[in-house]
Amino acid sequence: MTARNVAAIASLALVCASGCTNLYEVPVETPIQAKLDVGPFRRVLVAGFIAGGTDDVDGNLETVRLLRSQLRSKTNLRVIEAEVLPLVELAGEQAAKNASTPEPVAIAPVVDPNAPPATTPAIPATPPAGATEEPKATANKDAATVRSRKDVEKFERIFADAAFWKKLGEEYESPLIVTGTVMFTPQQTAGFVNQQREVYDNLGRRQVIPVRTYMERKGFVLEPKFVFIDGRTGATIYSETYRRERLYNSNQTTPALASYFELMDELLPDFLGALSTQKIRGSRFLLR
Amino acid sequence: MLLRAVALTAAIVATPSLASADARSESKSQVEFGIKVAQNGLWKEATYRWEKAVQLDPTYAEAWNNLAVGYEHDGRFEDAENAYQKALKLDPKNIAIRTNYDLFKEIHDRTKRRRDR
Repeated sequence: MTARNVAAIASLALVCASGCTNLYEVPVETPIQAKLDVGPFRRVLVAGFIAGGTDDVDGNLETVRLLRSQLRSKTNLRVIEAEVLPLVELAGEQAAKNASTPEPVAIAPVVDPNAPPATTPAIPATPPAGATEEPKATANKDAATVRSRKDVEKFERIFADAAFWKKLGEEYESPLIVTGTVMFTPQQTAGFVNQQREVYDNLGRRQVIPVRTYMERKGFVLEPKFVFIDGRTGATIYSETYRRERLYNSNQTTPALASYFELMDELLPDFLGALSTQKIRGSRFLLR
Repeated sequence: MLLRAVALTAAIVATPSLASADARSESKSQVEFGIKVAQNGLWKEATYRWEKAVQLDPTYAEAWNNLAVGYEHDGRFEDAENAYQKALKLDPKNIAIRTNYDLFKEIHDRTKRRRDR
């Protein structure tokens, strides 16, 4: 709701308080139709994300957890509790395998739905016999580090791999698969910002005046891309990209995880709106 | 004779205004009934009443406003947009209609942007 609307409602409420009988404020729920037809799916698998940008937040794990809990409470879809796919590693391995032998990529096994959700990602591929594990792990880690949007692009081809997603879908009885990329990057800026400052004149009257102040600010940028895949065919049915930024005063210490949740909170209604009809609560005036 | 002619003329002139007064009165009772049922959550019935109200009196801005709210509640955004526009055309200075329309526009525009993405 914009400030102008809030002001208009407040002024109307004031008018009503002073005795208007032709105006009735009623609560309304405006339905927003879902963008996707999820009719064919009864189950949803939030598989995993290609995440990066900072080491302070595990974007893959946190996003999977958050989306699963939101889908569980706000949609009619049954959420599959499976291990979170380490998608960066999988995409990296897949790219490497495609370059040498075109073998299908191993997929994390189905876990007992009654078991508590896993907190550590599964490592699906076993190293080849005779290979020394240490250097390979280090090499994989370096290759799998996602720092920028450009790094993400290297792995994004996995979303177009219908065979991979179809195989994953078969393991979980052909659900709707939610995956994508999540970039959560620290941001630092300096410049002039508009601020409102309270001042009092000689008579003690309060005034709010706009002031331009030079400020150093730091915060985070969240850029998720949600990809919805049909688990029956492995085909991408819809994808959507967002960008949200939150900057704080440089002397303010805000934990990265707190900022991540603040930013995700802003996006969640849009994400859920893709899958289910959302109702926006508000109020309107009926007139006589 | 002259008196009879004057009376006849007066009757002819008065008939449409009486008819329109009747239409407004009937329309008003539909609007009021609609408000009552909407307050009890019966939005379909309320919308039906307001549709009748604007049929009876298409110049009744308040009825168009209520109808727009009813359509909005039902997710019929295009119909709501048209009804709000008619209400505002009939009573452009009505702050309640303007407020409703602004709130509606905010949601409608956001939905359109999402659909276009």
